[in-house]
Amino acid sequence: MSFIIRGRVWKYGDNINTDIISPGQYMSLPVEKQAVHAMEAIDPSFSEKVQPGDILVAGNNFGSGSSRETAQMVLKYHQIGAIVANSFARIFYRNSINVGLPVVEMADTSVITEGDEVEINLLEGKIINHTKGTEHKGTKLPEHLIEMVKLGGLEPYLAKKLGIS
Amino acid sequence: MGMTMSEKILAKASGQANVKAGDIVWVKVDIAMMHDLLGPWLVDGGFRRLGGKLFDKEKVVVVSDHCTPPATVQQADILKFTRDWSRNQELPYYYEFEGPCHQVIVEHGHVRPGRLILGTDSHTCMAGGLGAFATGIGSTEMIGVLLTGETWLKVPETIKVVWDGQLPHGVYAKDIVLKTIKDIGHAGATYQTIEFSGSAISDLSMDERLVLSNMAVEAGAKTGLIEPDQKVVDYLRSKGVTEEIDMISSDEDAIYSRVLYYNASELEPQVACPHEVDNVHAVSSVEGKAVDQVYLGSCTNGRISDLRIAAQILKGKKISKNIRCLVVPASQHVWMQANKEGILDILTEAGCIVNMPSCGACGGFTSGVIGAGEVVMSSSNRNFRGRMGSPKGEVYLGSPAAVAATAIEGKITDPRKYLPKEVMVNVIHH
Repeated sequence: MSFIIRGRVWKYGDNINTDIISPGQYMSLPVEKQAVHAMEAIDPSFSEKVQPGDILVAGNNFGSGSSRETAQMVLKYHQIGAIVANSFARIFYRNSINVGLPVVEMADTSVITEGDEVEINLLEGKIINHTKGTEHKGTKLPEHLIEMVKLGGLEPYLAKKLGIS
Repeated sequence: MGMTMSEKILAKASGQANVKAGDIVWVKVDIAMMHDLLGPWLVDGGFRRLGGKLFDKEKVVVVSDHCTPPATVQQADILKFTRDWSRNQELPYYYEFEGPCHQVIVEHGHVRPGRLILGTDSHTCMAGGLGAFATGIGSTEMIGVLLTGETWLKVPETIKVVWDGQLPHGVYAKDIVLKTIKDIGHAGATYQTIEFSGSAISDLSMDERLVLSNMAVEAGAKTGLIEPDQKVVDYLRSKGVTEEIDMISSDEDAIYSRVLYYNASELEPQVACPHEVDNVHAVSSVEGKAVDQVYLGSCTNGRISDLRIAAQILKGKKISKNIRCLVVPASQHVWMQANKEGILDILTEAGCIVNMPSCGACGGFTSGVIGAGEVVMSSSNRNFRGRMGSPKGEVYLGSPAAVAATAIEGKITDPRKYLPKEVMVNVIHH
């Protein structure tokens, strides 16, 4: 996983929960079929319009609810570059790091508009808005997770730890 | 400096004398729990790539509950995969068709005070009702736990929620937890433990305590804890647990991030309205809202005491012709007990349909999902948009009593209207 991510913004509000990202009724389907329904409860055209590298920017409590990693699976299927939110639900934040989906907290995401081109530096906790020419502070990646993120997530990290190539 | 229950359990699990909120610790897991939908079929690839050897099969529990009974071929395939995987791994503890995992692991004695339990489901925190530190993790994280028996955790701060006094007639644990979530907010306890205490909490039965811990995650909490007492010991003994019980408690001088005080005697029946669990109002303010379906069950509120209350309300009555009422006992054990007590007869004679114990329609998986424009009154734990089926449906959450009263009228109803006098006396003098 790269520490610098640049992409176009899709903007959402508060409490984008995992039932919205990955509705329960489709969870037993293969990921490519689940992904069609990602976010459809609040944004029916999401899976058609989103492009690889796009960045989701949202308000408070992104990813609340279930521990389902199908939420990360469908967002990764759509090749979402990163998620920036005022705050994340705990399990979602942890799962994202474990599977190598970049997540950054930022005090006030309302200064970012849909369609903006933003660049995120995970190590420095910096968010540059190229469209508006502004720079914002985000949270830095916790130190004990830097190596895991550098390696691409928990599985490669465990492989190294367990001495499996 | 004193320690909270969370700090004590995580100190023990990390082999240290003292830890404090904010510390990052590597912990040894006592129970790793997976269910069918977020379990073996998702972890198997990574697990095998990394050697495929379980750290300790005695500490791994698998419960098939989300795809039971399978409604689609895909669910049947997941169920088969889960069953075959558990057999191939020679797991001593694999359960299926018994009910939601959180209830099943409690009934089989896997949940004990002081244990560290990680499960691939956000409501794993229910085990905190017996004094275990239990929380949900993702499937990838579970791969690491299965291989090494360890993971890292940040020691959480604790919000102490004190409920003193006696609950009034017609008011239950569900109302306590809904009111608490309303005040803390759906993200207000993120990264923290909620510890429930006070005389109203001690007075609650085991069944009811589990409602509180089950729903702690609806305030964003990592877990919901209740100090174990003699009721917990008696419960575990009745389940055949003979080993010494760790009567863990928070120290008097433990540090809390926040303490909330409530007088239980002032509480009224509560309802969580669409589409967030903290959108809570007194039942009086939503009374009369017409519903299409009533759902009495789930790991939150499908235990025997819940079904008894519903039966008291529905005995000799008929549910509204405009609705269907689905009853989903929290486990096969609960089903059998309800059958023995004649409760299933009372409920079916009233017009309810009794489904098999499973996660069912609570998460929109099987048996009773709703269509566009439909409204449900449910005793379960989550009312997110699309949670029980169509994203154009609406889910209201309330106590089993409120759910049963709603079934009679076909619209959201204050349960106190239908509680017989003798129940009132029982509640007051219990």
